[in-house]
Amino acid sequence: MNLHRRIISLYPIALIAALLLTLTSLASAQDEVHAMGGTNGERLRIAAATFKATNTDAQTNALKATFDATFYNDLASAGIFDMVSRSLAPQDSPGSPSEIKVDSWSAAPANATMVAFGSIGVSNGKLAVSGWVFDTHNTANPQVVGKQYNEVASQDNARKVAHQFADEIIYRLGGGINGIAETKIYYVSSRSGTKEIWAMDYDGQNAHQVTNLGTISISPRISPDNTKLAFASMGRQGWAIHVFSLELNRDLSFPTGTIGTSNLTPAWSGNGEHLAFSSSRSGDPDIWVADSRGSKADRLTNTKGPDVAPTWNPRTNAQLAWVSGRSGLPQIYIMDADGTNVQRLTDGGYAISPSWSPNGQFLTFSWNRKYGPGAPGGQDIYVMDIASKKWIQLTHGSGSNDYPSWAPDGRHIVFERSLGGHSDLWMMLADGTEQKQLTHGGNSFMPNWSWK
Amino acid sequence: MQGRLNILGAFFSVIILLAASVLAGCNEDSSKQPATQSMAPTTSTTAPTATISATPSAIPVGDQVTIEWQTTDASSVSITGIGSVPSSGTRTVSPPVTTTYRLVAKGPGGRAEAATVVTIMKTPVTVVVQPPPAQPAAAPATTQTPEQEFAANVVDIFFDYDAYEVRPDAQSNLSKDAAYLVNHPNLNIIIGGYCDERGSNEYNVALGENRANSVKDALVTAGVAANRIHVVSYGKEKPFCTDSTEECWQQNRRAGITLDTPGHE
Repeated sequence: MNLHRRIISLYPIALIAALLLTLTSLASAQDEVHAMGGTNGERLRIAAATFKATNTDAQTNALKATFDATFYNDLASAGIFDMVSRSLAPQDSPGSPSEIKVDSWSAAPANATMVAFGSIGVSNGKLAVSGWVFDTHNTANPQVVGKQYNEVASQDNARKVAHQFADEIIYRLGGGINGIAETKIYYVSSRSGTKEIWAMDYDGQNAHQVTNLGTISISPRISPDNTKLAFASMGRQGWAIHVFSLELNRDLSFPTGTIGTSNLTPAWSGNGEHLAFSSSRSGDPDIWVADSRGSKADRLTNTKGPDVAPTWNPRTNAQLAWVSGRSGLPQIYIMDADGTNVQRLTDGGYAISPSWSPNGQFLTFSWNRKYGPGAPGGQDIYVMDIASKKWIQLTHGSGSNDYPSWAPDGRHIVFERSLGGHSDLWMMLADGTEQKQLTHGGNSFMPNWSWK
Repeated sequence: MQGRLNILGAFFSVIILLAASVLAGCNEDSSKQPATQSMAPTTSTTAPTATISATPSAIPVGDQVTIEWQTTDASSVSITGIGSVPSSGTRTVSPPVTTTYRLVAKGPGGRAEAATVVTIMKTPVTVVVQPPPAQPAAAPATTQTPEQEFAANVVDIFFDYDAYEVRPDAQSNLSKDAAYLVNHPNLNIIIGGYCDERGSNEYNVALGENRANSVKDALVTAGVAANRIHVVSYGKEKPFCTDSTEECWQQNRRAGITLDTPGHE
């Protein structure tokens, strides 16, 4: 049984390696120190020492605790490391290269190939962090990363510095793909009493309300440069698309045509120049594209029935995937950005909520392959390779799963899982492993992962 | 564990899943017609019969009514606003507005229909928020306010699962709605599109839009001026009822028609 378990446990790793092969090959042109693991999907074994407190300032210990926990979680969640658990790691906290005993980290039971360590301290209201990563197998020249950070001392900044240092390591050791520790997740929450748009850090921390419209606001989509938030909100005149400036803290103009129509599901192109959305301004919900100010609106689809939830190929900005009910139950389709070359991708069931992978190769979406009254199907998250239409199922028999959204690293997906009437946000690796709950209030919906 | 292996098999397999082969396994047609799926197939060719009654037939809003129905020689029995039902039975309902419950019995020998109206009595003056106590059986039909008259004559239109076409059994209600609106050309209306709780919020807003537009198009074809009609889709965001049952889902699959009163906009 042990052997059986071991062999099978390698499969998810091999799978994500296959999924990410194109991603890593894209990055191979860049100068990178270390490739991720081997081609067999073996992960780099890394240890994160607790950082050394450099002084006894009253704030140091509290910020150190936040930093250590955040930093460890960032590396453990990255999807590329085999993390040395705290209980197997040496208990010392080397504060600088001269203090680390590399042998104790490379020896059993830690067996670390890499070790991250450093120091943290607060003085005069400033937080100072120094961090290093050593390659335990390169005794001649062990330093792989060395960074220093100085910020105003606060819990937020302790988390921020941990995210920045983690992302530096993930970039350097993960094939040149930017880490996601500094990214945000925008989503819908009803905890204020109405459905409003909220934002949080990728690890579920720092949740805060963005809109306060008192109606129903759904489908948040953050712009690629993180400055504008598009979403749909119900008003007396129907559903309108809002483009909210996070810099100016107010709505920008986005005219949505005829009064009393539904304008839904905005989607930014990868260059931030266009928004695709669903609009019934012509009498039937179709996919439209306009510039980021709502001008020069063109209709791309022209069939009876719902057409909603577009998503751009973010690599080329030349294709869109969306959901259409033209043949009955909703299915996933793709087309060129001028509305030509329409192809249906799903072969039945109830398929919704597509999100296009950053490398342009995959779609993730929610699919109930046996949908219908009394049918046993579940709404689960899938990933499809667009060229071959081959797919894998990522969630299995746990609640109703919808609104998957790719992380910018292409390795992670955030999604909504509804269990017993309570909806929360979860993240997982793009092969369905390492599923982790991010929110716990039972009233979080429709996540959208920021582009950086 | 086994599941993981299967997924990998699917992913790495060089055999591309042919769309056609999987489509054949997808029961799309039957799944689109839940409200009329057969209950107890019979071989009789006798014409079906259908009777339906409501007790009491007029209630203050919030009270309950018992609907009782019987059919014979029917293989498929449904009641608008409730959905597919057994060949005979009783059901307690509490409609928010005056509602026609139309019993449709279909069988090999043909089709029979019967209907009963549950009238919601409102106190004179405007809309009742809470039924006042100690005013039983007030408000005879002859002193209806315009709102009451509207509610008594214009009924909501219900839809099949994942469908936005007006059902054949809703055509008579739609004709009645159109006749009343044509005869009252100064009334403006809001058609709200509603969906049941299943599926995606985003898709259901678009589906609700299609439902509301189907009713709008039919009313316009019947002679109601388009500029008197305001359409808004609620998707599954504002359900009429929240149980996970077919009865409840049917209540929520509707185009709700309400008066667009001056000052509303």
